[in-house]
Amino acid sequence: MTTIRIDGRDCPTRSDINLLQACLEAGANLPYFCWHPELGSVGACRQCAIKQFSGPDDRKGRIVMACMTPVSENTIISIDDPEARDFRASVIEWMMVNHPHDCPVCEEGGECHLQDMTVMTGHNTRRYRFTKRTHRNQDLGPFVKHEMNRCIACYRCVRFYRDYAGGDDLAAFASHDNVYFGRAEDGTLQNAFSGNLVEICPTGVFTDKPFSTVYTRKWDMRGTPSVCVHCAVGCNTIVNAREETLRRVLNRYNTDINRYVLCDRGRFGHGFVNAPTRIRTPLNTIDGQQVSVPMADALTAFARMAAKGRIVGIASPRAALETCFSLHTLVGPQHFATGQTRHEQECTELAHALLTRHPGALPTLHEMESADAVLVLGEDVCATAPRLGLSLRQSVRQASFHTADNAKVPRWMDAAVRTLGSECPSALHVMTPAPTDLDSVAAETFRAAPDDIARLGFAIAHEIDPSATPVTDLAPDDAVRATRIAHALMAARKPLIVSGMQYGSLALMQAASSIAAALARATPAAGLSLVLPECNSMGLAMIGGLPLETVMEQARAGEISTLIIVENDLTRDLSPADVAELVAAVPDIVVIDHTVTPLCHHASLILPVAAFSECSGTLVSQEGRAQRFFQVVFPPAPIQAGWRWIQALARSLDPPPRPITGLLGWRDLNEVLAALAMAFPNLAQAAMAAPGADYRINGEKLRSQTYRASGRTVIRSFISVRDQPPPASPDTPFSSSMEGAYGPEMPGALVPTYQAPAWNSVQALNRFQFEIGGPMRGGPSGIRLLSHAEHHDTEPHPYAYATDIPAPYAPQADAVLVLPDTRLFGSEELSMFSPPIIARSTAPMLGLPASVTTSDRMVLHLEDGPHILPVEPVPGLPAGIALCPAHMVARAFRFPRMARLETVPGEGERS
Amino acid sequence: MFDTLRTLFLTALHAFHRRATVQYPEQQPYLPPRYRGRIILSRDPDGMERCVACNLCAVVCPVDCISLQKTEADGRWYPEYFRINFSRCIFCGFCEEACPTYAIQLTPDFEMGEYARHNLVYEKEDLLISGTGKYPEYSFYNVAGIPIPGKARGTSERERPPVDLHSLLP
Ligand code: SF4
Ligand code: SF4
Ligand code: SF4
Ligand code: SF4
Ligand code: FES
Repeated sequence: MTTIRIDGRDCPTRSDINLLQACLEAGANLPYFCWHPELGSVGACRQCAIKQFSGPDDRKGRIVMACMTPVSENTIISIDDPEARDFRASVIEWMMVNHPHDCPVCEEGGECHLQDMTVMTGHNTRRYRFTKRTHRNQDLGPFVKHEMNRCIACYRCVRFYRDYAGGDDLAAFASHDNVYFGRAEDGTLQNAFSGNLVEICPTGVFTDKPFSTVYTRKWDMRGTPSVCVHCAVGCNTIVNAREETLRRVLNRYNTDINRYVLCDRGRFGHGFVNAPTRIRTPLNTIDGQQVSVPMADALTAFARMAAKGRIVGIASPRAALETCFSLHTLVGPQHFATGQTRHEQECTELAHALLTRHPGALPTLHEMESADAVLVLGEDVCATAPRLGLSLRQSVRQASFHTADNAKVPRWMDAAVRTLGSECPSALHVMTPAPTDLDSVAAETFRAAPDDIARLGFAIAHEIDPSATPVTDLAPDDAVRATRIAHALMAARKPLIVSGMQYGSLALMQAASSIAAALARATPAAGLSLVLPECNSMGLAMIGGLPLETVMEQARAGEISTLIIVENDLTRDLSPADVAELVAAVPDIVVIDHTVTPLCHHASLILPVAAFSECSGTLVSQEGRAQRFFQVVFPPAPIQAGWRWIQALARSLDPPPRPITGLLGWRDLNEVLAALAMAFPNLAQAAMAAPGADYRINGEKLRSQTYRASGRTVIRSFISVRDQPPPASPDTPFSSSMEGAYGPEMPGALVPTYQAPAWNSVQALNRFQFEIGGPMRGGPSGIRLLSHAEHHDTEPHPYAYATDIPAPYAPQADAVLVLPDTRLFGSEELSMFSPPIIARSTAPMLGLPASVTTSDRMVLHLEDGPHILPVEPVPGLPAGIALCPAHMVARAFRFPRMARLETVPGEGERS
Repeated sequence: MFDTLRTLFLTALHAFHRRATVQYPEQQPYLPPRYRGRIILSRDPDGMERCVACNLCAVVCPVDCISLQKTEADGRWYPEYFRINFSRCIFCGFCEEACPTYAIQLTPDFEMGEYARHNLVYEKEDLLISGTGKYPEYSFYNVAGIPIPGKARGTSERERPPVDLHSLLP
């Protein structure tokens, strides 16, 4: 800590930051454009000029760029100095010389950093009377709109896209006044993080294309904190709604997880909520026809079904904790299934067990960014946990930071550090069957079958800790490789091992945890991270239940009379034959879901459940962090939260067959969570993921509208001209109107939008942080359920290493090992109901080793029959392996599996 | 007694004063063009809707009686619906002040009485007129940067043609 003097005021500040950060942290309004907390400084825009004085006697001072000047002891600066003010006013006037007269038709308007900064500098009249330069725009695909005339050439976009996210199809072209930011030619932006340009660009050059079709100004939208449901990383989001429809998803800063960036699946995958595939009324099957019925009839129908015999419940890894738990309470533990296949369930349970037992650290995404040696073991994280992949990409910069520290270059001095970094070796090792997006920054990549990767992993663990199980008959090459990687990991201060269940391999996860545990003996900071498939996979693993196979057996034995399936499309897990058998064996199937899935065709009763934007609930991310999402949309009845449906079903039973009286009495989310804590002590902390519904600031609820929302007295007047009270939810501490408390000190888990006086864009976030890029003023969001502190005592020493080492993979002559080609756009279930994501997904291809690709199309025999697929050669793919897009070819796709591959009959070999 | 007579006298005297009562509705008062009465949405000189659904009128309205939704066709922004609840409007004219396109204008018409309050909810069809209203010349798209059919990129007022990125000239 040190102190600087800003306009005569002494401000304590940190010594490793620049003056711009120091000014902002001190609460001063200093305009800036090109600096970004995650991208550092380059001094490109010249907007952050201030006066610096060499000492108390210096009256004249000199103008410096605040973002390029480090804080030093007793710095004396002035923001208000007339000369500095004039300088900034001139800079913005130059910037605005070519700016179009577009604000009314600009999607950025009202949350535009350029507008804010223009007002802040006081530039309000255009003196320039000559012509403006214009640019042609490009079509950048389904996510991002392009309007180049509005550019101020701050270079943030290319710095983010190329330097930070590793993209290569966006660049700066031309020179001086003409400089252009776009692609070499029209086309879809390829990077998985392109949607962040919307927030990174301080102007309206890049705007959210799907949002533009349902556009509303920021001030008119209700907002609530939410959590992304499209993978298990659990990025924090803000969801915005107006007129009871979800309009967009924005990034919500969580210092430990996603920070400033969301992946495109999370940002644009929410479209399923408003898609025509939504279920909006209960549907009852009468004479083979599904007809829409009132809620009361649906419940009577259920009561009649339930009277016939045993009810079994199937939960889902994409349903909230509360929904799964209420189903568990209704049907009882013996009849509660997790909705996963036995294999998938074993994998998630193993992941949970390994993380709990891990003696080292369980790093958050932000901690992963500072890992100085990373080993990715058999998981294409860029597709299964995209945001985690981006954190690993940042970890590669650690070496350049150390070099910079040695050279006394501050880490935020971006251009200099990147130049230094171009010489620094990477410490990222990627071992996967197929190429990944991280390969380009990896020190070393290794392509092998999952079992061979696991063997190498075990060998590395043995190399680090000789008490770990050795691998016999390892190929000499691999032994050398194992030694090399083991030494690289042992030399690191903060090594990290990442694996997951993409390939359904228990051995891979065990190998990863063995390495991490072996490292943790000498390096307690050794981290382990395991990627799970769905947003609540971890929560469900902590509840536990029967696998689908057991449900199938019970159904075959005629023991199930009614199946309640909650938010789960079993056709993604069970083959068509199994589904047919289940449907035939179970008289009544009740599906509770928000979207029409193929399973719904087999249901006797379908109940419309609220999607993540329409109810509140808790999800447990793969790192064991319980996080709350809050209702922003108030859907028309009878759409309601999953647990309320299950409660309604329980109430319709007469008499309640089991002691489920607790379930009948729950009034709000707090009570569900209290009951959950009683039933599952390991999930007790989940209630603390966010303040409860009774949370108040100065006796007030928190407002989810902005204070300047418009149309209050007219928006519903086409229905009735009488004013209606704003809708209310008993599950959240938010008021749905503009009345209520709001401020930078509000709890981090409850921030509904970022806005501060003079700061209307997302950059207002600076005001909500203690330190820029540091923790939120209102405290963290979410709570870790797997903390390292407790398992140290319970863990029997020494670490029990896995002993079952798989045999090397031997390619077979008549069959290939089919592995899932998990795709960023296409494999995940819900996002594939979202129009922009559908537009972005590409047709399924069969990936084969480049050496064996002899024809353009091949027939793959999966359990549901033959599939003719176009073939794509995959460089480096080991022999005997085929990559098949998960769930895109065969809907129910179980892996790993052996399958027959044939040439298409009648088609010759490719010449 | 005297007081009563005096009152009668004064009242009778009023019969000879100038009349202040206007025989409305037979006799219409003169209202200046800038009078703040019934709100309309105007069209630009080309006959296209002027309103670009920027939401500024809605946000400035002190009683929050304007609501609209943006939609887009050929690059032009339109309101999909535009609704004013005149039973709330206080005819302050802020909306007209805020409008960057001169679309929303207050007119010298105040004869809006209705028996049922819901009839005071005006939709876009009720608000949109066919003329330009008080500002005959102005067309927002002539000064804005975005192209629309009939106005290519770089042809707005005071604009240069789009930059040729392949040129190496400074
Ligand atoms: S970028 Fe900002 S200043 Fe420029 S037109 Fe859009 S809203 Fe207005
Ligand atoms: S497009 Fe946006 S981010 Fe990129 S240089 Fe222009 S204003 Fe900056
Ligand atoms: S005149 Fe005033 S009250 Fe009426 S619509 Fe306009 S801004 Fe609102
Ligand atoms: S201010 Fe004018 S252009 Fe904007 S929405 Fe209102 S009427 Fe339309
Ligand atoms: S923010 Fe300092 S020069 Fe751009």
